[in-house]
Amino acid sequence: MAILEVKHVDFRYADGPWILKDISFSVEEGERVAVLGPSGYGKSTLAKVIAGYLKPQGGEILWEGKPLPSSGFCPIQLIYQHPEKALNPRWKMKDSLEEAGVPSQEVLTEMGIREKWYERWPNELSGGELQRFCVARVLKPETRLLICDEMTTMLDAINQAHIWNFVLNYAQTHNMTLLAITHNQFLADQVATRVLRIPELNHIEVDQSSL
Amino acid sequence: MANEKFLKVKSEGLNRRRKILLIIFSGVIILAGVCLWGIALDPSRYAPNYEARRLAPSLLHLFGTDNLGRDMFYRTVCGLSTSIQIGLLSALISSFIALALGSMSAVFGGKVDQMVSFMVDLCMGVPHLILLILISIAVGGGAAGVITGVAVTHWPNLTRVIRAEVMQVRSAQYVQIARKLGKSNWHIAAKHIVPHVFPQYLVGLILLFPHAILHEAAITFLGYGLPLDTPAVGVILAESMKHLATGMWWLAFFPGIALLLMTQLFDVVGDYLKILIDPHSARQ
Repeated sequence: MAILEVKHVDFRYADGPWILKDISFSVEEGERVAVLGPSGYGKSTLAKVIAGYLKPQGGEILWEGKPLPSSGFCPIQLIYQHPEKALNPRWKMKDSLEEAGVPSQEVLTEMGIREKWYERWPNELSGGELQRFCVARVLKPETRLLICDEMTTMLDAINQAHIWNFVLNYAQTHNMTLLAITHNQFLADQVATRVLRIPELNHIEVDQSSL
Repeated sequence: MANEKFLKVKSEGLNRRRKILLIIFSGVIILAGVCLWGIALDPSRYAPNYEARRLAPSLLHLFGTDNLGRDMFYRTVCGLSTSIQIGLLSALISSFIALALGSMSAVFGGKVDQMVSFMVDLCMGVPHLILLILISIAVGGGAAGVITGVAVTHWPNLTRVIRAEVMQVRSAQYVQIARKLGKSNWHIAAKHIVPHVFPQYLVGLILLFPHAILHEAAITFLGYGLPLDTPAVGVILAESMKHLATGMWWLAFFPGIALLLMTQLFDVVGDYLKILIDPHSARQ
């Protein structure tokens, strides 16, 4: 049985144009799926809808056949493209990292998180360093599906490869399902067992002049 | 080399921080000192003394004496002290109203938000001084009237600030993530929202002081505020108007300057506190 089912999802912001129209697909447990597509096709919006950050106007998202739980640690976790927005600027890194409990030592070591960063503020670390914290804080046994929305866009190639290797490894050993959102064909081919192309999924009429 | 440069930058940052702390600290000390001095002052120091009427400023009477031979320096200190106390009380009440309305508006949204915004517009739409006078008279004048009037008319600006801040932090990604990490509303309120809003609240509270004090002096000056026998800056200034033509310039000059300096001091404390608390400038 599919662990995640996206059924005829429609979404738009307030009265704006439809961003997502009639999107349907499903993901099996332990699968690694890439959602691939150019800018402006609603990839990030789709990620937020699946993770429960936004309510779709039509259709539904089913997690193990049921709607997502509204409280408690969410089994679907989303890693955003912009780590600097995902961390409270008034919190030291240690507090943000441990907001949902202390990550395992393995995760901390493999993500290359140094202890001297713990006492710093978010504006004193680079985007790549911040993103490691964001990834590390959700790599937990309770996270069953990890959505990576352009997770490594701000990293250099070596760190990008390192983090992806570790996340893939972690997903394999902990039976965590992965959904990678990217515009990078090569990355999608590398990390995913199945690639979904958003222009084929999303039935909106894209206004060519606005792209 | 690089290390040396880094250290230099760091020590300069510390100095700036210390300088700001020092300014804030001395400002607060001066204001608290004036306030306490006024409370502790023996009323006989500014009691009428008919043998020393209409004296120009001298070492014995720093601000001179008035028509009844009252020492203007001590009268001014006492008046400023009264002003600070009234300012403190009304700023506290006003900022509390602002905190409650602003948070309600942001948290509940919809009808509540519309209602609060309407009240803010209403309160800001009426000329401030007229509203103050009306409320002050309606309550029955005197100190109670002034405090009520100043307290219930200074919340609109701060309400808007708090509403915007709460709304912004509520929709911030890190707060939404905290929710997804299974954090309760209480945790989010206590750890994310309050620490974000509190500094703004504190700065807003301090910046309310000069407004409250000046408005208190203004309506007292116009005769709708404190009774004539209280040593208040507004009363002093109103009385001095009658004697300016006779050449007693010191009656208005020194108390006026003192009032100006004190409100400026509150402004300075508030502004520097803002620099200190704001994360974007705090660690510079």
